[in-house]
Amino acid sequence: MTAAKKEMKVPAIQKGTVIDHIPPHAAARVLDILDLGDELVTFGNNLSSRKMKKKGIIKVSDKMLRKDELDRIALVAPEATLCEIKDYKVIKKRKVQMPDVFAGMLRCFNPNCITRHQDMKTMFTLVQKDPVRLKCHYCESTFDKDQLELL
Amino acid sequence: MRFKGKDIISINDMTKPEIIHILETAKKMEKRSSKKLMQGKILGTLFFEPSTRTRLSFESAAKRLGAQTVGFADPSVSSVKKGESLWDTIKVTEKYCDVIVMRHPHEGSARLAAEAASVPIINGGDGPNQHPTQTLLDLYTIKKCQGKLTGLKVAMSGDLKYGRTVHSLAAALSLFNCRVFFIAPPELQMPKHILDELDRRNIKYSLHPRIEDVITKVDVLYSTRIQKERFPNEKEYEKVKNIFILKQSMLRGVKKNLSIMHPLPRVNEIMKEVDDTPYAEYFEQAGNGIPVRMALLALVTGVIR
Repeated sequence: MTAAKKEMKVPAIQKGTVIDHIPPHAAARVLDILDLGDELVTFGNNLSSRKMKKKGIIKVSDKMLRKDELDRIALVAPEATLCEIKDYKVIKKRKVQMPDVFAGMLRCFNPNCITRHQDMKTMFTLVQKDPVRLKCHYCESTFDKDQLELL
Repeated sequence: MRFKGKDIISINDMTKPEIIHILETAKKMEKRSSKKLMQGKILGTLFFEPSTRTRLSFESAAKRLGAQTVGFADPSVSSVKKGESLWDTIKVTEKYCDVIVMRHPHEGSARLAAEAASVPIINGGDGPNQHPTQTLLDLYTIKKCQGKLTGLKVAMSGDLKYGRTVHSLAAALSLFNCRVFFIAPPELQMPKHILDELDRRNIKYSLHPRIEDVITKVDVLYSTRIQKERFPNEKEYEKVKNIFILKQSMLRGVKKNLSIMHPLPRVNEIMKEVDDTPYAEYFEQAGNGIPVRMALLALVTGVIR
């Protein structure tokens, strides 16, 4: 099927960022992570995908994602692809990158961790990629990513 | 290797050469008079949680080096009671001393204190997380009794699930290629993340339900207290407790060089009759806290290298 004939379920954007290949269960969370103002946002979920059967896609006009947004997306949708769009064309495409350090974006699961008792930034380091395991810099406990709440 | 200004927060931060250097310095501390090494220096002891051994042995170590001490042993009399943050408490108290030893109930508190302070912080126990000076004195005791650290057979018994001393000791011994035996009831066995770490480091270990299964094979038996509150009811506790009591009769056929250790306080894990055997090292072990803490204080304040 040529590009011209292919029906676009989520309209193309002239300039901005497309987050593609989001697992359907994570699409709403990715949308929630984005720090949005008056940008034009289009969103589709449970779309057919050759690669992953069903997927979510988010297109945001006139926005480049910040590092902290990208890091959060890597946690909830590590399979996602990022496309930078200019003049309706993909000028750069890459998989989201799992950072080695997550600063100030996760709440420690350990109720006795100092980060739960003082006004301070949390910090986690990636100790295992698959499945993702993160270690609290302070209490030294290790967790599955699903145990940690995004701040 | 540079120790001046270094924080001692977790045994996991330390390299093997650093550990060896601390133990060698501790040995020198036992041999020579060090009364003036830290003259004019002040140790701050911030104990947000009760402690007898750790606080007293740090104060004793400081005094043996000629240093003075300031601090508190009860946070209810400090500004913490007024709602001061830990960060602020450290920022203020670091102005009064050259090195701080801190015990705090929350895990990771020592790491936060180290980030706030410009003077070295020594972790005297951060809740159930780390107590690195205990691990160092345990290693020092093993080295002193056994003449070496490498390639030993070490058994740990009791509450291996919640005991921070055994977690840190297992991690430290893995640097010295020791064979380890974990003896505990299934509900108090060594946590999986510690065993995974030993697997990653190719350390041979095995799990056992009874002390008798391994006692004749090992060079060191490290016993720990089983706490009643870890069990759902008194009956379960009583059942398990008696299996982990070390009696003199269980020492038949043990290796001549066996060292029995315990971080103390003991309740009844080691019967008093064992104290009189040549294997009992636990009181020596507590005493070894002095040279080890002297070495740490002298190294991190930079009075020796």
